[in-house]
Amino acid sequence: MRFGIVVTEGPYTHQASDSAYRFTKAALEKGHEIFRVFFYNDGVNNATRFAVPPQDDRNLQVLWSELAEKHKLDLVVCIAAAPRRGILDADEAKRQGKDGNNIAPGFLISGLGQLIEAGIQSDRLVMFGD
Amino acid sequence: MADETNTKKFLYINRKAPYGTVYALESLEVVLIGAAFEQDVSVAFVDDGVFQLMSGQDTAGIGMKNFSKTYRALGDYEVRKLYVERESLAERGLVSDDLMAITYEDENEDYAEKPSIHFVDRSEMTKLISEHDVILSF
Repeated sequence: MRFGIVVTEGPYTHQASDSAYRFTKAALEKGHEIFRVFFYNDGVNNATRFAVPPQDDRNLQVLWSELAEKHKLDLVVCIAAAPRRGILDADEAKRQGKDGNNIAPGFLISGLGQLIEAGIQSDRLVMFGD
Repeated sequence: MADETNTKKFLYINRKAPYGTVYALESLEVVLIGAAFEQDVSVAFVDDGVFQLMSGQDTAGIGMKNFSKTYRALGDYEVRKLYVERESLAERGLVSDDLMAITYEDENEDYAEKPSIHFVDRSEMTKLISEHDVILSF
């Protein structure tokens, strides 16, 4: 089956990102396809490489980035929701006159159309939020 | 389940009051962008989500943008099916007259203005949800 995944909460405060990660990993291990993982609302906060959780805790951003690299996952961060919360890639940082960017490896900033497309192209769109 | 070439039935479910959290505003942003994709779109309002459609919203005292007018423009985006759950209204002491009048122009009937809001009870809402392909809940 082909799944689209939506994550609408940031890491650590809510379980949503953990659950989405585990679901995505399990689905891939069972041979399913992940069309895209779309990060919206506070879910965009999963995409900063500047998060530093304690060493004895999981690092969700690193887990997502590693999973993306291993399975060529399409991790898309919403371009409307991300800048509002300080999540910027190099292009957006330059465009907004900011002195740096914080997007993590494997994440791509793109439009809300990518969420709608995931709904159209996936057999099931599974949303992880509050 | 529709295949890749078919139109899918999208249902946006709004569950939160408009200004206490960002969900209402960011849900509306998805609805507006999604309208360009020519899918079959419905929007539902349940629980505190019914407050999103209250008439006379005034955000002057809280320093936030009043986006309530955008709901009234949904008809211009071909979003014409808004479903409000009756029990959610009643549980909050609201009646249908407390909500904004939202209409669309029906091009098949000489652009007559028709109401976009439909009031449904909880069991009908359950049925509505089960009839949709893609559910986005905010």
